[in-house]
Amino acid sequence: MATQASRAAGRLMLSPAVILLLAWMIVPLAMTLYFSFLRYNLLMPGMEEWTGFDNYTYFLTDPAFFDALTNTLLLVVGVLLITTVGGIALALLLDQPFWGQGIVRVLVIAPFFVMPTVSALVWKNMFMNPVNGLFAHLAKALGLQPYDFLGVAPLFSITLIVAWQWLPFATLILLTALQSLDSEQLEAAEMDGASALSRFRHIMLPHLARAATVVILIQTIFLLSTFAEILVTTNGGPGTASTTLTYLVYVQSLLQFDVGGGAAGGIVAVILANIVAIFLMRMIGRNLET
Amino acid sequence: MTMTIRALLGACAVGALATAATAETITVATVNNGDMIRMQGLMADFEEKHPDIDVEWVTLEENVLRQRVTTDIATKGGQYDVLTIGTYEVPIWGKQGWLVSLNDLPAEYDADDILPAIRNGLTIDGELYAAPFYGESSMVMYRTDLMEQAGLTMPEAPTWDFIKEAAAAMTDKQNEVYGICLRGKAGWGENMAFLTAMANSYGARWFDMDWQPQFDGEAWKATLTDYLDLMNNYGPPGAANNGFNENLALFQQGKCGMWIDATVAASFVTNAAESTVADKVGFALAPDKGLGKRGNWLWAWNLAIPAGSQKVDAAKAFVAWATSKDYLALVAEEEGWANVPPGTRTSLYENPEYQKVPFANMTLESINAADPTAPTVDEVPYVGVQFVAIPEFQGIGTAVGQQFSAALAGTVSAEQALQSAQQLTEREMKKAGYIK
Amino acid sequence: MARAASPRRRAVTTVIAWAVGLAIFFPILWIVILSFKSEGDAIRPPLQVLTSAWTTHTYAEVQERSDYFRHFMNSVIISFGSTLAALAIAIPAAWSMAFVPGRRTKDLLMWMLSTKMLPAVGVLVPIYLIFRDTGLLDTRTGLVIVLTMINLPIVVWMLYTYFKEIPSEILEAARMDGAGLRDELLYVLTPMAVPGIASTLLLNVILAWNEAFWTLNLTASKAAPLTAFIASYSSPEGLFYAKLSAASTLAIAPILILGWFSQKQLVRGLTFGAVK
Repeated sequence: MATQASRAAGRLMLSPAVILLLAWMIVPLAMTLYFSFLRYNLLMPGMEEWTGFDNYTYFLTDPAFFDALTNTLLLVVGVLLITTVGGIALALLLDQPFWGQGIVRVLVIAPFFVMPTVSALVWKNMFMNPVNGLFAHLAKALGLQPYDFLGVAPLFSITLIVAWQWLPFATLILLTALQSLDSEQLEAAEMDGASALSRFRHIMLPHLARAATVVILIQTIFLLSTFAEILVTTNGGPGTASTTLTYLVYVQSLLQFDVGGGAAGGIVAVILANIVAIFLMRMIGRNLET
Repeated sequence: MTMTIRALLGACAVGALATAATAETITVATVNNGDMIRMQGLMADFEEKHPDIDVEWVTLEENVLRQRVTTDIATKGGQYDVLTIGTYEVPIWGKQGWLVSLNDLPAEYDADDILPAIRNGLTIDGELYAAPFYGESSMVMYRTDLMEQAGLTMPEAPTWDFIKEAAAAMTDKQNEVYGICLRGKAGWGENMAFLTAMANSYGARWFDMDWQPQFDGEAWKATLTDYLDLMNNYGPPGAANNGFNENLALFQQGKCGMWIDATVAASFVTNAAESTVADKVGFALAPDKGLGKRGNWLWAWNLAIPAGSQKVDAAKAFVAWATSKDYLALVAEEEGWANVPPGTRTSLYENPEYQKVPFANMTLESINAADPTAPTVDEVPYVGVQFVAIPEFQGIGTAVGQQFSAALAGTVSAEQALQSAQQLTEREMKKAGYIK
Repeated sequence: MARAASPRRRAVTTVIAWAVGLAIFFPILWIVILSFKSEGDAIRPPLQVLTSAWTTHTYAEVQERSDYFRHFMNSVIISFGSTLAALAIAIPAAWSMAFVPGRRTKDLLMWMLSTKMLPAVGVLVPIYLIFRDTGLLDTRTGLVIVLTMINLPIVVWMLYTYFKEIPSEILEAARMDGAGLRDELLYVLTPMAVPGIASTLLLNVILAWNEAFWTLNLTASKAAPLTAFIASYSSPEGLFYAKLSAASTLAIAPILILGWFSQKQLVRGLTFGAVK
């Protein structure tokens, strides 16, 4: 039961976080919004002028925009799929008793600690490179033609790299959830003659739903801003085959130094991200309400 | 654990004191290319000559560096005192008044010794805005042994037709020997540097005199078709992701018959410590199509001082040291003449010792053969051989490069790539106000 | 959970689990192996790589070229600094949300999370300008501020979910005993929330350590952390697999070791309220 005093104290203690985040959000956002209506190229100072919605028109009619939207969606959904399904499978596996459980768990979580730039560089050069990469060497040893991962299937390759980094995270959360499952309930079901599959479907899966929701929410937040992996491996190409929305904004603002265009792109990305956020919150809200 | 941390903190504190005791620290931003890395190893000489100046290095990969440095100078962030920039940036930035003029470097620096082709590109209205650290053009590097096996002789000035013939004869995919390696990785400084230079020799140009993009013309079509033909038939797998470095690695491992790329690569491919084919490399001028222009570019990495720097004198001392004749002599003494940063000074090419280096003359000839003010057959409104010296070019060049890279990867056809290139260039040029 | 399992089943599980674990870990193992090879050997086919000579020469070369310890110290200071700052701001906020919830607490929480969706590339120029004017470019303070703000929402949310699991009766009991708000926070809540705070701290240090956009764009030399160290080894001229491997190993080793040592805390705490 909260008293008047503690309510006031609560507000007081909440305020630093809220005010700081508000400032962190509003100030750059306001500047970005302002820039987005300017013709403003960093390389041509002194030419800034008001252009109304020109930057937005250009960004939204950019032939790469639609591709970027699709690619973003494919990347996020692809990684979520691999990590949640793979995470559940791994969690089930690691939950079984076996020798060296601790060590295997250490091995499995390791990719989560690797910097995105490092993992992208390593995958690109040491593994996916069609001449000197490990996969190419393996293919050649088997008498096959090496597969040009980043040239032929750039988005899929990037999805794999990102999924490798996030799989441990999903596994850990799902494993924790699995371990909190009441073992008596499972044993009772087993006694009743429920098959392993039906135990999984009717007891474990519903129990994991909440954890999976959290995995999806947290990952989506990070995945929407996937950037380093694309920059390092394919630069968004070939063509626009692996250009995501974030990357497109990067191209505008830091490759063309078109601050106005980049700002407009940034605003578009923020709006889209918020649509996703609202959608997610609906979903999460339902799942997380006590 | 605690001990180490304390020791580390201690070391840091000592380091901080040491820098505080001396007069000035300048921050130098540079590319992680071999010649720059070598310079960092030779800093003892500079410190000896200028004990009052400390140099902090920021070494980054080319694209990251360009982005960082451009952001900084355009916003007047003032994080760097010396910048490593290309011939593309110098005229644009010089015109903006972002760079400090280097006209007042001391007489013994001998600015007149700088190769005219390079120097012209760095001078705007009589002011020298950057000092070249190394200069390059492009040329054909080929495997003499494979050429002999194929029963062919590389002329000193080959044609594109000969290149194709030789590539076909040298290719042996079973043994992972690919007749020709060319850049395919998208980027205005990667595949577009090569393709624009190649297109020049085919008589193609980026823009006509009214700034109308020309990708819908026959010349570009012929360029791209021949390029794709060469690469698809005789090139290595995964070429759409190969830039300079990837091709260098391939050539050093003996997997390329020919490689048309930067002249600086010559010192890497002939270096026995890194290259398995060091003693089997020949050089030739970049190919032509009989139209009077060769497909070679002109580039230099230069040191420049941003106008906002608080330490202009110290920065100038550093720039003068790094691009001086003495520095060339120093590298020659420590690492041999073949490793001297090439392509900047006339005196270097007049030096009998340097003339013994196998690629010296070919490099000089290639550099002299490139003319940034008249890069192609027809007249153009822009300056630059393998680039167009306007601020918008980075973005446009890279976007067009993406299209051509996609064509190489086989995801779009040559026609589609050219059509998209034409459209997107038109769009950007309209946006920038060059054309209505 | 100790369910009975037959030795045979246990053996089969062991084989599968180890195979999967090693497969996932393999890329990291491979770069560690490559880092102890010469450049020429590092690009050979895998079997020849394994049988070629081992050397620590590459590490010496990397250390000679770039001062590892300076970058390392910057990474440590920035990641721990930003984490501690975020905790200091987030603990009171999470307390307030968990124990004095208002009508809008959930919305507030979601709004905080949504600030993370702001694409960093879109706001780089504004932030760069602000940093330039406040003299924060290339300072550790500047990076601490940015990373604090970036990770604050996640920290608040994690803490909130832990605090919510603490029965409020205990706090009320403490209050009955005459504990003030400060005492309540410091002596009752915090000790109970230590596991949660510890795992929040760990996760946040990892996130901050690996952050590669702001740390690369807002630093030059003085404050440059390990992400900048790596950037100087990506695609240089010539062969670079061994050097890149060595630099990568150096950059990820500290956080990997920290993560392994504290994996119990991390695993226990990493629930985000997913487990009830």
